[in-house]
Amino acid sequence: MVFDKNNYSPGTHPDLPPPLGTVGVVGWLKNNLFSSLSNSILTLLSLYLLYLLIEGGLSWFVVDAVVNANDKPGCRKIADGACWAVIVKRFDQFIYGFYPLAERWRIDVSFCLLFVAAAPLLYPDIKFRKYMLVFSCIYPFIAFILIKGGLFNLLMIETNLFGGAMLTVIIGVTSIACSLPLGILLALGRQSRLKLVKVISVCFIEFMRGVPLITLLFVASTMLNYFLPPGTNFNLLIRVIIMMTFFSAAYIAEVIRGGIQAIPKGQYEAADAIGLTYWQTTRFITLPQALKISIPGIVNTFIGLYKDTTLVVIIGLLDPLGIGRAALADTKWNGLSTETYLFVAVIFFISCFAMSRYSLWLEKKLSTDHN
Amino acid sequence: MNSENKNYVIKINEMHKWFGSFHVLKNINLEVGQGERIVICGPSGSGKSTLIRCINRLEVHQQGHISVNGIELSGDLKNLEAIRSDVGMVFQSFNLFPHLSVLENCTLAPIWVRKMPKKDAEELAMEYLERVKIPEQAQKFPGQLSGGQQQRVAIARALCMKPKIMLFDEPTSALDPEMIKEVLDTMIELAETGMTMLVVTHEMGFAKKVADRVIFMDEGEIIEQNTPKLFFTKPTNNRTKLFLSQILNH
Repeated sequence: MVFDKNNYSPGTHPDLPPPLGTVGVVGWLKNNLFSSLSNSILTLLSLYLLYLLIEGGLSWFVVDAVVNANDKPGCRKIADGACWAVIVKRFDQFIYGFYPLAERWRIDVSFCLLFVAAAPLLYPDIKFRKYMLVFSCIYPFIAFILIKGGLFNLLMIETNLFGGAMLTVIIGVTSIACSLPLGILLALGRQSRLKLVKVISVCFIEFMRGVPLITLLFVASTMLNYFLPPGTNFNLLIRVIIMMTFFSAAYIAEVIRGGIQAIPKGQYEAADAIGLTYWQTTRFITLPQALKISIPGIVNTFIGLYKDTTLVVIIGLLDPLGIGRAALADTKWNGLSTETYLFVAVIFFISCFAMSRYSLWLEKKLSTDHN
Repeated sequence: MNSENKNYVIKINEMHKWFGSFHVLKNINLEVGQGERIVICGPSGSGKSTLIRCINRLEVHQQGHISVNGIELSGDLKNLEAIRSDVGMVFQSFNLFPHLSVLENCTLAPIWVRKMPKKDAEELAMEYLERVKIPEQAQKFPGQLSGGQQQRVAIARALCMKPKIMLFDEPTSALDPEMIKEVLDTMIELAETGMTMLVVTHEMGFAKKVADRVIFMDEGEIIEQNTPKLFFTKPTNNRTKLFLSQILNH
């Protein structure tokens, strides 16, 4: 305890520095790691466990790992750690699937442009946002032509050659980009005073949520042919993207509906009282607030959708998981499931972790409370 | 506009309203003249808020007639937004838009309802923010202001639409005592500009100072109305006397 030895007359007490050991590194350690006896014991125990993990893991992951080998026995001859050679040898497949080697630059270019197109959507304060948004609008067409080809002397590539991380990004990004606006419309439709709009929205949402995604994918891959006019050849990849979009749009709609319902009634009354129309209220009052509240739920759904793209393996599309399984089925690499699945996990983790961090950043940025 | 409505900006004629089967407003007759300042008081649940919310149709009346600026409020109202933009409203809980800055709160309706260029709307907003004495807060968000400041922003937001009538629904009831004064001062200044005002409030000091007429409501009816002087000194109805003794003697 620090006692004030000086007696100040009222109103003259100066601002004193806080007692030693309550701020800075020492203060942080004291507060967070050694605040009590049991906390201190747990801290030390955790440090010891961490040490064991790193010591054991490091030798398997790095020290005894083999990067250069032609098959599994080749790996084992060199060392008995992880055999990363399977990843190295098949790295291109993990990224590009069976996309022709000579045309892979088109994927690289599209991927880089994706960031340019996404930037103005993700970062509202970016410079030249207006011009960049124009690019964002035409980007889907650019990407489609680049990846699929068939125009401007670009070789046409069949979609059954698509695979690996590139397939995940195509399905994931397209479905995410399409399901947000569709979800918003469905959420508004469900709240609508127009009975027909409401009924259609409710039916759509309940049907999509009530059916497992895998069923929808089977419908997309097989049954859809029965419903479409004979002779229509509807690309499987597009069918999968549509189903994925519908599926996550239903979830997004419910998340956003939660956000809309969390807005106090007074907001609508104020909007009515100043004479805004329904669409003006929706655009300036309802959606900005509802979407802000729903960010964690929306990102949650997106991350779920992104990981669910692995289900396409069941209808024969080769995403990274499919490529990994193909590698494991190869007699040369038989039994290296730990390495393969770890690598697939890392591919997904990078994207999902990025989404999660972005959503935290956005929540902080949009916060208009105190501080 | 017919000559009968000429001097009255609001005419309410034999108006009734029910919430479900609860008869909340009973046979309301009220005429408000241009520039008239009316204070409506009464115990809670007496229907005072509902009455003024009927005037801009935040609540829908089921029987009788309400006309605002000579336009009858009825079911097939096509330009409700246009009428609402002529009637400003200030709420008990401010109802500022928390995701917009103070300035954006004020410019939103002028830009989108009045179709005013953004620059003009901002100048207008700053003018009114200066009038309610918080121009320095223009870039802040409502959540960063005190209750009194928020309510003054709400008044400025309503005034930015240059309304002909201002409705106040218990504007000081959610405020700390020291902030009530700053809001009332703003309202008094507004009254001095000749604005037509309908104020639901328990601030009897305000009623004495600025009201042309005080209306007392109880159980959905207008029980008594008079000039403030006569209302406070010679109330005729027993319920009015009881109410006044309860709120004035504490």
